[in-house]
Amino acid sequence: MTIRHTSTVCPYCGCGCGLTLETAEGRILRTIPTADAPVNQGRLCVKGWNVHDFVQHPDRLTQPLLREGRECRPLDWESALDHAARELCRIRDTYGPDSIGILTSARCTNEENYLLQKFARCAVGTHNIDHCARL
Amino acid sequence: MAGLATSFGSGAMTNPFDDLEASDCLLVVGSNTTVAHPMVGMRLMRRKRTGGRLIVVDPRRTTLAELADIHLRLRPGTDVPLFNGLMRIIHESGWHKQDFIEARTENFPALLEAIAPWTPEATESVTGVPRDLLFRAAEAYATAAASSIIYCLGITQHRCGVNNVRVLADLAMLCGQIGRPGTGVNPLRGQNNVQGSCDMGGLPDYYPGYQKVDDPEVRATFARAWNRPQPTTPGLTSLEMMEALHRGSLKAMIILGENPVVSDPDASHVKAALGKAEFLLCIDIFPTPTTELAHLTLPGASFAESDGTFTNSERRVQRVRQALPPLAGRSNSRIIQDLSCRMGYAMPPDSPAAVFDEMCALTPSLRGMSHTRLDRESLCWPCPDKDHPGTPMLHKDHFVRGKGLFAGLAHTPPAELPDADYPLLLNTGMGHSHYLTGTMTRRCPMLEREMPHLVADMHPDDAKALGLREGSRIRLNSRRGSVAARAHLTDTVPQGTVFAPLHFAEAPINALTIAERDPVSKTPEFKICAVNIEKV
Repeated sequence: MTIRHTSTVCPYCGCGCGLTLETAEGRILRTIPTADAPVNQGRLCVKGWNVHDFVQHPDRLTQPLLREGRECRPLDWESALDHAARELCRIRDTYGPDSIGILTSARCTNEENYLLQKFARCAVGTHNIDHCARL
Repeated sequence: MAGLATSFGSGAMTNPFDDLEASDCLLVVGSNTTVAHPMVGMRLMRRKRTGGRLIVVDPRRTTLAELADIHLRLRPGTDVPLFNGLMRIIHESGWHKQDFIEARTENFPALLEAIAPWTPEATESVTGVPRDLLFRAAEAYATAAASSIIYCLGITQHRCGVNNVRVLADLAMLCGQIGRPGTGVNPLRGQNNVQGSCDMGGLPDYYPGYQKVDDPEVRATFARAWNRPQPTTPGLTSLEMMEALHRGSLKAMIILGENPVVSDPDASHVKAALGKAEFLLCIDIFPTPTTELAHLTLPGASFAESDGTFTNSERRVQRVRQALPPLAGRSNSRIIQDLSCRMGYAMPPDSPAAVFDEMCALTPSLRGMSHTRLDRESLCWPCPDKDHPGTPMLHKDHFVRGKGLFAGLAHTPPAELPDADYPLLLNTGMGHSHYLTGTMTRRCPMLEREMPHLVADMHPDDAKALGLREGSRIRLNSRRGSVAARAHLTDTVPQGTVFAPLHFAEAPINALTIAERDPVSKTPEFKICAVNIEKV
C-alpha cells in the first residue's frame, strides 16, 4: 500500500489554512495540518481536522440526474451535457442571453471561477454572474 | 467589499494575519472569531496574552469578549452611532492624527459634521454602552502605537452594512491607524475562496481584477482576448436574479456549488423564484434543498479532487492540489469547458495551470503569478510582475484610490425591530462545529455529534417569562416563517435577544430572516429581525 501526502488548502472559511491529505488506494486516510503553512503554522480547527469525512461521504452525487416529474433519472455525462447545452441554447436564442443567470461559487477554485465568468460573458453573452459574497 | 473599496479603493484586508501579532490594540467588531475563524482567533488570543489590548464590540458576550480588556456591548444595529460617538471623543480629546488626515485623506469636513451630534450622552442613550467604556475604548484605539480593526459579518449583514464598514474606515483614517504594520481595517472572509471569486470577475459589474464592465476600453480588451463581442447591458446581482425569475424575465439559472434555498433570506421566496425557472442547472457535490429544484444536476468535484488555487482573506493565493481523482469522473473545469464548446464557444480542455496563466495575462494585479511560482511560495496580490514579492500590506504610502475618502454617516435604524407581536430580536450566525448551510460539516460524524440540531440561545429572564427551561422544545416564529428548535439558557445573549445558527436544513433559520438589504452591497440584514417564541 502506497501512502501519498498532498498539500492543499482547507475548503471552509477564509483563513486559508494549509492542510495535508493522506491518501492510499483511492481513499483519504486522515487530514493533518501542514507544518509550514503560513496561516495556521501547523495547527487546525476541529472542522479542518475532520474535512475528509465529507469528501468521501456516501451521499456524494456520482452521476448526472435528470428530473422527470417527481423522479430523477441518472444520465451518462455526454447525454447530460448535450441536454444542458440544448436547453441553455434554446433559452438564449428564444429570450436573449440576459434571460440566463449564473451563480458561481466561493467554494470553487480561481480557475473554475474564471472559466465560469468567461462562459457567462462569451458562451451565453451576459454579465448576469454573481456569487454569495454578499451573504 | 463595496464599503471599503469606496473609502480606500480596495475592498480587501489591508494587512496580513501575521500583522495582528504586531498590533498593540486589536479592535474586533461583529466577529465571533474563535468560532468562525478559529486560526485567526488563536492569534488574537496569543497577542492578548503577550500584552496587546483587546477591545470587542458585540451584543453577545463571545469567548473573545470574555477575554477582552473592554467589551462594548452595543444594542444590535447601532454600529454607526457607536463609532461616530468614539470618533467625536477622539477628536474632542485631540487624539486624532491631523498630519495624516491632511496628507492622506479628503472630505474630512463631512466627518466632523456627521460626528457632531454624537455626544457621549447621545451615544450612550442610542447604543446602550456606558460613557466611561466609550472613553476607555476611544483612548485605547487612538493612542496605541499600532491599532488594528478586525471585522466580519456582524458589521456587513445589516441594511446599512456598507455604512458600517465605512464608519470603521473613517475611524482608522482619523487616527492614522492604517498603512503601517499592525494597523489597518481587516474584513475576515467567510468562505475559502470568496476573495478569489470576486478577484476572478464572478461579479456582474467586474471582469477579473476589478476591471469595470461599463468601461468600453476594458470591454474591448476582453473581446479581443476572448475572441467574442462583449455584452453591454449591465448584469444582475444574485438577489436581482431571484426577482427577475419571479417577474419572468429570467428563464434559466446555472448554480455552481451554492445553496441559496438555505443560505438566502426569506427562503420561501427563493424557492418560489427557482421553481419558476424553465431550466435550472445545478452543479454540486451533495443533494441540497436547491438541487431538489433542479431540472438537471451534475455531480461536482470536491476541493480534494481539484487542482488550482484559492485566495484567502489576506489576498494570499495558495495552491490547491488534487489528492484524488474526481469522484464522478469529471472536474468542474471540464464541465464548464465541455458545456461551452457545445454552446458554440470553443473552450479547449486546458489544464488549470494554463487557465491560470490566461487569467494572469488579463489581470494586472496577478500578472506576476503562475502555478510554478505558487508551488514554491504563496503570494498576496498585487503582484504585477515575475520578480515582485507580492503585497501583504496595502495603502502604505498612498491609498489604492489615491486619497482616503471620509464618509461621515448618519444612523440607519434596523428594518424590523421587536414589537408587541414579535417581542424578541433574532440574531443569526455560526456555531462552533458547523459551517454555513451544513452541507459539508453535518456529514462529518464528529462535528454532527457536537451539534445535531438547532439550539437557540436565549437569556434566562426571557426564558423564565415564557416558562422555558434548558432544552425546552420551542418554535421560533417571524412574519415570514417558523422553525422548531430547543432553548439554551445563557446570559451571553442580552435580554430581549435570541441567537440561532443557520446550519440546519430541517430548521432553516433563514425562513425567518428578512430580505431587507443594503442598497449598495445588496447584503441582507441577517443579523436583525423580530421573532416570538412559543413553547411546544
